[in-house]
Amino acid sequence: MLEYVFFQRALVAAVVVGLLCGLLGFFVVLRRLAFVGVGISHSAVGGVAIGLLAGWNPAATAAVFAVLVALGMFWVGRDRRLGEDAVIGVFFSAAMALGLVLLSTRHGFQQDLFAYLFGSVLAISGAELAGLCVLSLVLGAIVVAVFRELLFIAFDEEVARAYGRPVDAINALLLVILAIAVVAGIRVVGVLLIEALLVVPAATAALWTLDFRRQVAISMGLGAGSGVLGLVASYSFNITAGGSIVMVAVTFFSLSLLLRRRA
Amino acid sequence: MDAVTFEKVRVELDRRTVLDDISFRVRQGAFLGVIGPNGAGKTTLLRVMLGLAPIVGGSVEVLGRAPGRHGADAHVIGYVPQRETVARTFPASVADVVMMGRLCCMGRIRILRRHDWDEVHRGLELVGIEHLAARPIGRLSGGEARRALLAQALCSGTRLLVLDEPTVGLDLPSELEFYNLLRRLQHELDLTVICVSHDLLALAGQASELICINRVMHVHGDPQHVVHSHALREAYSCEFDFLAGEIAHHDRAGGSV
Repeated sequence: MLEYVFFQRALVAAVVVGLLCGLLGFFVVLRRLAFVGVGISHSAVGGVAIGLLAGWNPAATAAVFAVLVALGMFWVGRDRRLGEDAVIGVFFSAAMALGLVLLSTRHGFQQDLFAYLFGSVLAISGAELAGLCVLSLVLGAIVVAVFRELLFIAFDEEVARAYGRPVDAINALLLVILAIAVVAGIRVVGVLLIEALLVVPAATAALWTLDFRRQVAISMGLGAGSGVLGLVASYSFNITAGGSIVMVAVTFFSLSLLLRRRA
Repeated sequence: MDAVTFEKVRVELDRRTVLDDISFRVRQGAFLGVIGPNGAGKTTLLRVMLGLAPIVGGSVEVLGRAPGRHGADAHVIGYVPQRETVARTFPASVADVVMMGRLCCMGRIRILRRHDWDEVHRGLELVGIEHLAARPIGRLSGGEARRALLAQALCSGTRLLVLDEPTVGLDLPSELEFYNLLRRLQHELDLTVICVSHDLLALAGQASELICINRVMHVHGDPQHVVHSHALREAYSCEFDFLAGEIAHHDRAGGSV
C-alpha cells in the first residue's frame, strides 16, 4: 500500500493532524474545552455550505466561519447570565442549521457535504497536504510560544490576570487556533469525528502522568500513531479511514483505562 | 512612604454597592490584616488593589501607581488567592507552578533560562519546600500547597504581598506555621503584607494593624485597639458577642494580643 502516492499523502496528513490535535488536545482536556471543540467542528458545516454555494474554497470559508463562531462563543460566553455550554449549544446548532438550510436550496451538494462530514483523507492533493503541513507548523509554533501562559491561565486565571498576563487575548487566541486546526483536521476524519482527535489522545495521556511535558508527548504520539494504524487498518480491511483512526485512538484509551485503574 | 492608599473608594458589582467610602493608608513594611464578616467585601478590596475590580468613586494608589497600571512590573505585587485545594490532577510540578509567577519577569521573549530556574528554587527555599520541587502540585498537603502558592507569589521584585484567606482549611498548627513563615519573609524580604481573613483571632495576633470592613470602613488601628473597639461590634453585629468571648479567652491563653 505504501507504493501509492495517495496513501503516502494520507499518512503524512494523518500524522500531521494527529500531532497538532494531540498538542491542542492537551489544553482542550486540561481546560475542559471538549464541548467547545464539538461546537467549533460542527459549526464548520455552515462555512462549508457557504463555500460550496459561493464557489469558493470550502476549507477556507469553513476556517473563517469557524473562527468567527469561536470568537462569537467567546464573546457571548462572557455574559454571566448564561452558562458557557448553553452559549456553545446555541452557536453551533445555529451554524449547522444555517449550513443545512443553505445546502437544501440546491441539489447535488450532498455528496460534497458527506466528504466534509466523514473526511476524505485518501483524496488529499499534494498542494493541500503542503498547506496543511505549513499551517500545522505555524499553529504548533504559536501554541509552544504561549504554552506557559496557557498553563498559568489553566492553573489560576485570576492570578494570571493580576500579574498582567493578557488572559482574554490568549484565551481568544487559543479558540482561534482551535478553530483553524479543527477545520484542517476535518479533511482527515471529518466534522463528526475531529473532536475525537482533540480529546481522546489527550485524555489517554492524562491517565498516564501528571507531568505536562510527558502528557503532551504521549498525546501527540497517540494522535500520530492512531493516524498511521487507523489508515493501515482502513486499507487492509477496506473500512472508512476517519472512523478507523478514531477507533484506534479509542482502543488506546480503553486499554489505558484498564491498565491505569485508580488505586 | 505609603504602599497602598485608598481615598473614599466606592465599588459596585452588578449595580450593587459592595464597598463604600473606604479610606485608609498602609505604610511600607506594615502587616495589615483586613477583617470583616462573610460577604463584607474583603476579597473585592484586594481585587481593587490588584486592578481586577474597577472603582466607581474615589481613588486608589498601589506602590505609587493606579492599580493594574504596573505593566511589566505587575509582579511587584504578589497575590495568593483564596483557594482551599489545588486540583489533584493538575499536570505540573511544584517548580512549574512557581515558574508561572515568573512569566511577567521575563520580558517579551520567554525562553526559560538557568537563571529563571535558580530563582524558582530560591523561592522554594525561602518557603522551605525545595525538596518538593519535582512533586506534582496536586500531591501536596494543604500546608505545603499554601507554601508553593506563596513561592509563586514571590519573586525578586515583589514589594507587596496580598493574601486572601491564606490559611482557610488548614489545621491550627499549620496555620500558625504559615503565619510565622509569612512574618519571617516579611522581614527578610522587606515586604508590605496585606492579608484578608474572616478569622479575627488568627489575624489579631499577627498583624501590625487591622482594618475592619463590612461594606463600609468600620475601624482602622492596631489590633489591640480594633479588637476592643465598639466599631467591631457594629461590623460583626450579632456575631460579636460570640467573638468577644473568644477574644477574651484568647487573651488569657496567649498572654499578648
